[in-house]
Amino acid sequence: MSIPAFRSRTAAARAYQRPGDRIFAGAAQGAGIAILVVLAGVAAFLMYEAWPALTAKADQLPGGDGLVAYVLPLAFGTLLSAALALVIATPLAVCIALFISHYAPRRLAQGLGYIVDLLAAVPSIIFGLWGLSVLAPRVATFSLWLEEHLGFIPLFAGPASATGRTMLTISIVLAVMILPIITAVSREVFLQTPRLHEEASLALGATRWEMIRMAVLPFGKSGVISAAMLGLGRALGETMAVAIILSPSGGITFNLIGQGNPSTIAANIALQFPESTGLAVNALIASGLVLFVITLAVNVTARWVVARRAEFSGAN
Amino acid sequence: MTTATTPPATTPVPLRLARGSLPRWAPWATLVAAAVVGAATMIRPGLHTAVAILLAIALHSLALGTWSRRVEGSRRAADRIVTTVVSSAFLLALVPLISVIVTVLQKGLLRFDAEFFTYSMRGIVGEGGGVYHAIVGTLIITGLAAAISIPVGLMSAVYLVEYGRGRLAKAVTFFVDVMTGIPSIVAGLFAYALFVLVFGPGVRMGFAGAIALSVLMVPVVVRATEEVLKIVPNELREASYALGVPKWRTVFKVVIPTAVAGIASGVTLAIARVIGETAPLLIVAGTTTSVILNPFEEGRMATLPVFAYYSYSVPGVPREPYLDRAWAAALTLILVVMALNLIGRVIAKLFAPKVR
Repeated sequence: MSIPAFRSRTAAARAYQRPGDRIFAGAAQGAGIAILVVLAGVAAFLMYEAWPALTAKADQLPGGDGLVAYVLPLAFGTLLSAALALVIATPLAVCIALFISHYAPRRLAQGLGYIVDLLAAVPSIIFGLWGLSVLAPRVATFSLWLEEHLGFIPLFAGPASATGRTMLTISIVLAVMILPIITAVSREVFLQTPRLHEEASLALGATRWEMIRMAVLPFGKSGVISAAMLGLGRALGETMAVAIILSPSGGITFNLIGQGNPSTIAANIALQFPESTGLAVNALIASGLVLFVITLAVNVTARWVVARRAEFSGAN
Repeated sequence: MTTATTPPATTPVPLRLARGSLPRWAPWATLVAAAVVGAATMIRPGLHTAVAILLAIALHSLALGTWSRRVEGSRRAADRIVTTVVSSAFLLALVPLISVIVTVLQKGLLRFDAEFFTYSMRGIVGEGGGVYHAIVGTLIITGLAAAISIPVGLMSAVYLVEYGRGRLAKAVTFFVDVMTGIPSIVAGLFAYALFVLVFGPGVRMGFAGAIALSVLMVPVVVRATEEVLKIVPNELREASYALGVPKWRTVFKVVIPTAVAGIASGVTLAIARVIGETAPLLIVAGTTTSVILNPFEEGRMATLPVFAYYSYSVPGVPREPYLDRAWAAALTLILVVMALNLIGRVIAKLFAPKVR
């Protein structure tokens, strides 16, 4: 290793750096910057390709009523399905996380965690095939029952779809798909509960459930919220399962078991893009931009909650 | 709490501290009883298995709850009911997992044969044919994506751990986290928007698919690598500096080799994540029936997930051979992904550096 001469006082005053060091540090920093550039590039290129659709006349776009009328039902469907999935998945995930962190035998806990993580490993296309061929017929039968007995609730007004390719089915599939991430994050937070809090509460005679309610859940609340938001982000962007299962027909409705289901942004892109040309492509990219902004907002909020919590809890 | 209020004159006052407790076999007894009742209701036709199981669980918690309430008091009863609820939630999560695996195995094994892996779909209508072209496509595209993502991800992680201070590092950490949440379809649109500028509208190319996948893969690699680089003991670095080794050599010869198992495991898990991605490839790579070996050539390139999607959603006539091929492709995919996951975890477990 040749040793270059000092070039200036400032260099000598600071820690002395070799050229190899400088190149390497530059490369590392460059890689970091590249990530930021790519993220900015995603926004910029989507914006660039979406622009023709944003400025086009209303009747040139698919649907013929302008971009807002085109994207709005899709955005509604996206939000509705994701919100429902979240409502189904969050309580379940919290229970599973508690089971793994506080109920299961210590020795089994990690293995059980892996099993739940396996759900996250199943590709979304496979959830799509499974949802359509296994889940949808069952949900269809269940929907008939719902319509008959709970039809007075607008959500289950019916008439129930005979195929089961409905909002309810995709919400369940989405719930299964986001279960692992919510469980994993909640589990980590629950495990970080200060041991002293738990032991103090047990020593005062609390049962296990009382200990969890008074020590673990208050500590993990913000973690669970951010886990749920991460899950929401996943559910919003999920494409293939929805594209395969849902039979979309546009329109905004809260009826979960009927035949007139709004599609979601991601599924609509996957279904329409391969056959689209010209301005229709730009309109799809514009809808993708909307999805990008929504998921970005959800994820940033979730990360912000996590980061804020990490600062004051003294965890890690 | 009510039993101790008015003690009859003949019996001794029960000690408040030493409340009764249920025998250890109590939960199992009620569980078995509830299961028997649940199974009995199954005999009546028209009742779902799922409903019967839910009924059994409800019966179990009800019976155990009341029993425990009478013997142990309401606080213990609540504890026991919560235990039941929490455990059954875990079992409930296993239902879709098992159902998915069983379904895919059942339907996928029909065409899981040698022909399936050695033939492409070129000129095939109806029965026969295979996914050779799609497997080749998946391997090429995923390999390219890995070739882009691993250096970028590794160097970014090195930057964050070894150099990262100040606002830039904070921004990179934050946006890497945000990037993990980018929907895969948006990554596909990004690659499309990028390649349209060069190749014009309607572009389809294997390389574009690799770009889209690496957008999804980089953050996963960074996260995993960062975690393991952080746990490399500082003494190793200091020992190396003390011997006069420059920082870049220290990183290459000491830090990365120490963490190489963790990095390999993280990379494997990242590959497992993107190899099953369908949406971006559907948009920028499309599908075709013959073997394409050059990802830089403009044109469609088949991949396994996209093949499964098209065979299932747009089957030809007759439908069966197409659906069978779709399920066999799904089975191949799930096997590959699960194997990669397993390998990743095993590497991490076996070769993990010793942390004090």
